[in-house]
Amino acid sequence: MTTESFSELMKEIGEGRFVFTGEIEPVKTTNLHEVLETAKILKGHVVAANVTDNPTAFAYMNALVPSYMIQREVGLEAVYQMTVRDRNRLALTSDLLAAAALGIKNVLALSGDHTTVGDDPRAKPVYDLDSAQLVELVKKMVDQGVDLKGNKIIDPPKFQVGIAANPNADPLEPEILKIERKVNLGADFIQTQAVYDVELAKRFMDSVAYLRKPVLIGIAPFKSMAMMEWMVKFVPGILVPEEIQTRLRKAKERGGKEEVYKENLDIFGELVREIRKTTKAQGIHIMTIGFEWIVPKIIERSGIA
Amino acid sequence: MIITIQKPFDKILEMTKGSDKLFLIGCGICATECQTGGETEVKAMVEKLKEAGKTVTGYSVIESVCDERRTRLEFKKNEEAMAKADALLIMSCGTAVQVATDLSKKMCVPGCDTEFIGMIERIGRFYERCRACGDCILFETGGICPIARCGKGMLNGPCGGQSKGKCEVGGWKKDCAWVLIYNRLKDLNKLDEFRHYRPPKDYSLIASAREVVYR
Repeated sequence: MTTESFSELMKEIGEGRFVFTGEIEPVKTTNLHEVLETAKILKGHVVAANVTDNPTAFAYMNALVPSYMIQREVGLEAVYQMTVRDRNRLALTSDLLAAAALGIKNVLALSGDHTTVGDDPRAKPVYDLDSAQLVELVKKMVDQGVDLKGNKIIDPPKFQVGIAANPNADPLEPEILKIERKVNLGADFIQTQAVYDVELAKRFMDSVAYLRKPVLIGIAPFKSMAMMEWMVKFVPGILVPEEIQTRLRKAKERGGKEEVYKENLDIFGELVREIRKTTKAQGIHIMTIGFEWIVPKIIERSGIA
Repeated sequence: MIITIQKPFDKILEMTKGSDKLFLIGCGICATECQTGGETEVKAMVEKLKEAGKTVTGYSVIESVCDERRTRLEFKKNEEAMAKADALLIMSCGTAVQVATDLSKKMCVPGCDTEFIGMIERIGRFYERCRACGDCILFETGGICPIARCGKGMLNGPCGGQSKGKCEVGGWKKDCAWVLIYNRLKDLNKLDEFRHYRPPKDYSLIASAREVVYR
């Protein structure tokens, strides 16, 4: 299946360039200042930035407005994240129409962390569609100019649709078959959860090689030791190798925050370089909520310009 | 089986406040199996209510309260005792409460919370297995229901929230339904069933109180 390129992200991937993407997280605020400042930091270093949709089921500012604003005000292309947790197929369809009207080119189709892990666990989870069915919705809109029911759209949208994958998944096989389902539905690219181990990235790339779709491997440097300890303790789905944990702990003992940042640069610059060198990944998705200034430094350290 | 649990006694007193005379109804099937509204539990509740100062005008454990035919007959038999009551306390499922509401002129109060359609491992161990979605797909999911057992009710799982076959909902203690489905279909040599895409469900079929009427 060939992919038509509507977005800068897909154009660069199509040209065989190794790409970087970033991530911007609107929070519980009415102020767009932080979002725009973050976009300015990332601009020029990444080809596009994800704008998160109520991550970990916290009710934050709707992702569409910041997605639009970073494109309009900063000229940074957005990857508009959409989860199926909070909206039924009608709301998803209308938000996709609005997104296209505002010039959004990339959509990342997600199921979304469950409401029960969020900031109001009492909320009713929607899940009218699942993430695969959201891919079907986007593809129908783009390729056939209709919604899921087949109702015609005037001036259909042009989106690239990405999907998420977790190389840490254990067992991995059902995860791979799920990705296959979504690729068969027409997903354009695969973006992964945080990977901390190049061997893990290699195994994952090998297992999805038959799908022949571009993969962006996710990395998530540690803003603080507390964040690392939290991840190790409470996010069982992400594997942080002992070696990285030890290196960061030692850095902290050696020279506090500053040394931890420096160690991050070493660890993640190296990881990015290795992924580039030893896998067929088409790029790296860098998740650095709250310390985006490290993104250009990691890219620089990786030696990939 | 409709799995029920008894409401706390304090809640029962709160719900029946102002109704001093009560008639109790139990159920001979599900609530008996769950030990929430069988003969034994109804008798125990009669005693507790008396101790709390209520008058119990009578009780009846009906074989299946949800069957209007049986319940009508039993109500007839107990007409006098029921007439003296200010309210009926129904120690069974929500359907039973509503059948009693339809057949009596009394206020009907639920003595139990209705939990789910589930299986009984033993008393004290009940597990949900069916959401009564009206469109059974168990033939293609290895006999394991993702609608009842996947936290997101996904038809094309697993999601990214599973780790070592456990689900993020509830803190990775329960099994991920989609990993169970994968393992079963693999054992059955039917991974093609796992692979195939399942389109969105038609919720118009369950849009309002469902009826099965065929004659």
